[in-house]
Amino acid sequence: MIPELGHFALIIGLAFALCLSVVPLIGVAQNNHQLINSAKPLSFGLFFFVAISIFLLGYSFTVDDFSVKYIAGHSNSLLPYYFKISAIWGGHEGSMLLWVFALTCWTFAVSVFSKQLEKEFVARVLAVMGMIAVGFILFTLLTSNPFERLLPNFPLEGLDLNPLLQDIGLIIHPPMLYMGYVGFSVAFAFAIAALMAGKMDAAWARWSRPWTVAAWSFLSVGIALGSWWAYYELGWGGWWFWDPVENASFLPWLAGTALIHALAVTEQRNTFKHWTLLLAIFTFSLVLLGAFLVRSGVITSVHSFAVDPERGIYLLVLLAIAVGGSLTLYAFRAANVSSPSRFTFYSRENAILIAMSILVTATVTILLGTLYPLIIDAMGLGKISVGAPYFNAVFVPMMIALFLFMGVGPLTRWKKARKGELAKHLNKTSIFSVFFGAAWPFIYAGEFSLSAFIGMTLGCWIVLAVLKDVFINAKQADGRLKFSAVPLNHIGMALAHAGIAITVIGVTMVSTYEKEMNIKMAPGESANLSGYMIEFAGTKDVLGPNYSAIQGQLKVSLDGEFVTLLKPELRTYKVQRSGMTEAAIHTNLWRDIYVALGDPLEQNSWSMRLYYKPFIIWIWLGGFCMAIGGFLAILSKRYRKRVLVTEQKLTQAKPAVLQEA
Amino acid sequence: MKSIIRFIPLILFFLLAVLLYRGLFLNPQSMPSAMIGKPLPNFELPTLKSIEQRVGRDDLQGDIVLLNVWATWCIQCKYEHPYLLNIARDPRIKLYGLNFTDDHKAALNWLKQYQDPYVFSIFDEQGALGLDIGVFGAPETFVIDHTGIIRKRFAGPINDQVWQKEFLPLIETLEAEMAAGAS
Repeated sequence: MIPELGHFALIIGLAFALCLSVVPLIGVAQNNHQLINSAKPLSFGLFFFVAISIFLLGYSFTVDDFSVKYIAGHSNSLLPYYFKISAIWGGHEGSMLLWVFALTCWTFAVSVFSKQLEKEFVARVLAVMGMIAVGFILFTLLTSNPFERLLPNFPLEGLDLNPLLQDIGLIIHPPMLYMGYVGFSVAFAFAIAALMAGKMDAAWARWSRPWTVAAWSFLSVGIALGSWWAYYELGWGGWWFWDPVENASFLPWLAGTALIHALAVTEQRNTFKHWTLLLAIFTFSLVLLGAFLVRSGVITSVHSFAVDPERGIYLLVLLAIAVGGSLTLYAFRAANVSSPSRFTFYSRENAILIAMSILVTATVTILLGTLYPLIIDAMGLGKISVGAPYFNAVFVPMMIALFLFMGVGPLTRWKKARKGELAKHLNKTSIFSVFFGAAWPFIYAGEFSLSAFIGMTLGCWIVLAVLKDVFINAKQADGRLKFSAVPLNHIGMALAHAGIAITVIGVTMVSTYEKEMNIKMAPGESANLSGYMIEFAGTKDVLGPNYSAIQGQLKVSLDGEFVTLLKPELRTYKVQRSGMTEAAIHTNLWRDIYVALGDPLEQNSWSMRLYYKPFIIWIWLGGFCMAIGGFLAILSKRYRKRVLVTEQKLTQAKPAVLQEA
Repeated sequence: MKSIIRFIPLILFFLLAVLLYRGLFLNPQSMPSAMIGKPLPNFELPTLKSIEQRVGRDDLQGDIVLLNVWATWCIQCKYEHPYLLNIARDPRIKLYGLNFTDDHKAALNWLKQYQDPYVFSIFDEQGALGLDIGVFGAPETFVIDHTGIIRKRFAGPINDQVWQKEFLPLIETLEAEMAAGAS
């Protein structure tokens, strides 16, 4: 009964979504305020019923209702309750429901937090979000219903969740990732609404900005968590594999990063509007494309979902309607968008323009690499796979160029830098960065390393640029520093840029100085890993709630002093009968010691993998920094000013635009 | 002129959509091979562990032979590797490796690092044998029956599901054929 109620709630949600996508638009066309105002309650209804639906699925998981096909395939009565709940998104059907739920959360949030916007505009935005919801709820109901029953012969016990997914990482990674993905639908809806209205001004960008930044921040956390999870759970010590599924999350992030910058320019300088519109469409298209690639089976990946051509066709149609429709709208309506550009070569606009161009080029390059096997296959030329060497070879040089401009952009004035000012700002920082980068490899390792030099120089360069920028902004007329005077969105930007620098440093250090040992160890033997003595004290048998495991005991000491006891496990899950290595890691800010059990060899000895990973935690700390920066920027007061203020500003800005035209 | 420019994104997307539509009807994992039903071509190649020793078709002994194409540059090989260790324990089959266009040192290191599931690995540095049997990439797995005929080719990593669905039925058929042939 409960699963049917969940199913039914989802159908009611669909009805609300259908109304939401039609009624407010009729209201706008007929200038009927009652219909326009209906957008808000309809959004609420949509959110409410989808929330009930996902709650009931979660409830059915906790009470072990194995008559539901999805639950029987992804849960087990022995599974701890928190994994039962996270198993909601452990497979295709449930993760679609999570996707829909995230979409309705955003729709609801837009309807609540948009009091200061024009009602007609909000109505259009919500209607577009309603259309997206219709598409995805229909997809869930028609091709991937998580409430499908196995009646009358249902199993008494479930097949259990994939052991790889029984982890804290899976509890929070997908919700964050989906909040990020789906959040870009808000930017998309704003762009479509603007094109419908034929009006695109700085106020539009101001409204759209916090939503876009929020989505981007969620996605940053989601990707960082995913990479972290892969690092400790897969037991290979790697943190990024350029797998198609990873690329599917990284592509919208890159495009979204470009979009945030385009929006900043559109808001502050009233230009780059075509960039903003196209990037908003492009970013959300990449989200949809990612869903298609991951869920249709056109590309093989380590973690692709179950393959079903019917789903593929449906998603392709959805992609065609959403992207084809919006690009058609753009093609016909974009003529109304005037985007005057008045800036010189040495200006922040130009720095951002270059940065956006690099980001878009990087996005397209990675997209091509991801699709290349498919292109070759579709043309009948054979089957190939594109691996990390390609992606690293094309991506790293582009990022080096991008990071160079990241150090220039924040210190350059809008429109036109004053003569000599840029040189004055940059001379000291660039000399110091190069010096720091060159000295670092000698201090850390005693010998020069080109990759460490480049990476550390760039990291230092980016940090110094944003620090300098914050200091310039904090400097009062009388020469005192007042940090509370720096606008919150500025601090957010600085923190996000610093996050990039932290990640760059982490990546540089790990890829240059990591150590890896694959050795056979018998009890009592020890190994020297970058100065740490690691002694194998034998193994123990341990029991978990739904698995049994052999646990290695490794004493780690540095200069004779005990550091920690690492306990890597080799688990056997009872239901799925599959073995899994659970690595043991000791983390601090400067290094990780990573130990994974290999296989048992003769006489109690084991093959073992030991890794020394300097600064690796910085990679993810950087990701979190970026997200915190994003969230701080949203809190900035500028986004909560009333419409009146922005309208006044606009009327002031307009004459200048006209003169230019 | 300017208005045409605005249609460019739409046109690009249209091309992409056509490509994706084509992609839907291609199964990246099932590949017809001209070699199915034909005997494995003969070859003379070194093994990975000793470059001096040459092996040929007749050295792949066993009633049911699985020839797994792998390389250290292939991430999905890493993914399927633990499962290969599992398969290797199945007494019905013999698992051989074909190390495909790889670096010799790296390949040896890999086997040391992740264990060696293969009876032995053929070291095909130039991809000569791979070319003969039509290998496109790695991982790929060929099934060869007791008469030396290639019966199946599977592209992509093997996991439990794939094994149950794609390989076990064939192995059972082959066993039945052998039993029928013996009686």
